[in-house]
Amino acid sequence: MDKMPRWADVFLIPLISLLLAAGLSALVILAIGENPWAAVKMMVSGALGSTYGWGYTLYYTTNFIFTGLAVAVAYHARLFNIGGEGQAMLGGLGVALACLYLPLPHWLLALPVAAIGAALFGAAWALIPAYLQAKRGSHIVITTIMFNFIAAGLLNYLLVNLLRPVGSMDPATDKFPEGTHLPTLHDLLAPIGIEFSKAAPANVTFVVALLACLAVWLLLWRTRLGYEIRAFGHSEPAAVYAGINPVKITMIAMLISGGLAGLMAVNNVMGEAERLVLNAVEGAGFIGIAVALMGRNHPFGVLIAALLFGFLYQGGAELALWTSIPRELIVVIQALVILFTGALDHMVRMPLERIFLSLRKGA
Amino acid sequence: MDFLTLIQILDSTIRLATPLLLACLAGLYSERAGVFDIGLEGKMLAAAFLSAAVAYVTGSVWLGLLAGIGASMLLALVHGLASITFRGNQLISGVAINFLAAGLTVLVAQSWFQQGGRTPSLMGGARFEPITLPFADALSGVPFLGPIYGDLVSGHSVLVYMAFALVPITWWILFRTRFGLRLRAVGENPAAVDTAGVSVTRLRYAAVLICGVLCGVAGAYLATGLQAGFVKDMTAGRGFIALAALIFAKWRPWNALWACLLFGLLQAVALRYQNLDLGGIVIPVQVMDVLPYILTVIFLAGFVGKAIPPRAGGEPYVKER
Repeated sequence: MDKMPRWADVFLIPLISLLLAAGLSALVILAIGENPWAAVKMMVSGALGSTYGWGYTLYYTTNFIFTGLAVAVAYHARLFNIGGEGQAMLGGLGVALACLYLPLPHWLLALPVAAIGAALFGAAWALIPAYLQAKRGSHIVITTIMFNFIAAGLLNYLLVNLLRPVGSMDPATDKFPEGTHLPTLHDLLAPIGIEFSKAAPANVTFVVALLACLAVWLLLWRTRLGYEIRAFGHSEPAAVYAGINPVKITMIAMLISGGLAGLMAVNNVMGEAERLVLNAVEGAGFIGIAVALMGRNHPFGVLIAALLFGFLYQGGAELALWTSIPRELIVVIQALVILFTGALDHMVRMPLERIFLSLRKGA
Repeated sequence: MDFLTLIQILDSTIRLATPLLLACLAGLYSERAGVFDIGLEGKMLAAAFLSAAVAYVTGSVWLGLLAGIGASMLLALVHGLASITFRGNQLISGVAINFLAAGLTVLVAQSWFQQGGRTPSLMGGARFEPITLPFADALSGVPFLGPIYGDLVSGHSVLVYMAFALVPITWWILFRTRFGLRLRAVGENPAAVDTAGVSVTRLRYAAVLICGVLCGVAGAYLATGLQAGFVKDMTAGRGFIALAALIFAKWRPWNALWACLLFGLLQAVALRYQNLDLGGIVIPVQVMDVLPYILTVIFLAGFVGKAIPPRAGGEPYVKER
């Protein structure tokens, strides 16, 4: 019998972890001489108080949904993919090459083509770590970390030496052609009479991200492959005994994970910047770790957690703009969330389990 | 390339290898005891900031060093708490520590100094000054040996000599003392150590705290020796290069020295030449930047030799099952 009810495991523990992280963050804000309550109010009004704020919040959310799903899928196969950052960088390369060198007259065509490019490049960047883990037993965490740095070097080289337009000093590609520009939420919502901010970068990719959540849920819980991935994650020997090929599952889980991380580029490279710049990912790959941990590796949980981090990101940007609290506050909150929901899970869990056990005895 | 250029590159190799070596040895203690640590980077960064901040305020680099070690040990304690006491995931804990340091250093630096997340420049006694070894000046006239002794061996800060001395010391501790034997045993087979009546928890905490001390020195050297003050994200991936060097060194102290010197050399060359021209073939600077990582991946894959980590690494120890 489980030590505590499922709802406590799914909701209560993440909630308590979040409260601990928030409490500590409030102390940090107090320590640097600002008012935490005023900070929270400013974050809420900045991120959720206008369609402009929502536009940014949902833009960040879209990024984090993809990177969070990437970590979650790999995690179900008990693989810790810490390389979402590098995979998303390569995804950006895939998007840029598709947008710059393929004739794409309309976004309805450009979106699927660029998405395929992004997913392929992201998956390709996960391929070597996956192969090395499956066949040679190299630790996936170390290889994916190394591949993040290699990706940064590769992109730096390509942007500075090959992709930069002649005469430009900026290490970035040319602007993507008009036909590849994705409609923003403003463009999508205006025809049905909803007024949405023109300036905000949230775009049609948000819808793609929601579909990705659904697809990952279907994959993991409604297909044979998903069952095999989860069985492999629960117990490798049992999975092997049941005839599941560990090499195949490791490779497939990592390729899907890398592809999802790569897909993020459709949002930030194609939807927002409309060209590939240096360091386009801006740490979103790492936030995926916090998002997946927070969301308990479930697509729906990932969606909620991504929304939370989208809010934190936009709220944090507003704070940095109007107060003396730098943007790095978000990095601290992110670290605390990872710490409490990931590494110190037992610290939160053990007392709770004790409480539930004693409640049950009393009843 | 003339002789003097070579000396200069090797000199900068030693400077750049020092933080790598300190962090690498730090990781060595922790991982040999069975606690994986991808939070070297964060501990170094926290130490770099606090050492620079305290050195600036007090004017004493030694107080700065102590403060840096303290900051790093605090994070090491968090790592120990998560991975030893609460048996959490050591990798996730390391990731969290890296972000915690990356965020907090800038936050606190901005609040204390209002210079966009950096400390003011350090001068005089707030920095580790180079030490001129005896006879360095007297021997400077001697061809060949003079420059080698005077420019390459002499003229580094005390932390550099300390880092290099730590290599034989670490070897001696790990392979010639009872503590070292137990430390290695706890990373291979903690149950056996427990059966022998030695506390696994205490040994692992000791290893994690030693790791904290050395990361603290590494960070302090970055901010008060190699450079004059703290800037945002100044570790710039050095913690991960040290991790790579540790794997490259197969978790052995002397190999760690060679690995760190090699990776230091790559950094020194990348720093000096934007694009290295080797007789018609131009090697771009980015290749030198990522070479440590590529080498580590190749090495880890077992194509050249085999890197086998401590057997109980990454596994929290549970007394009863």
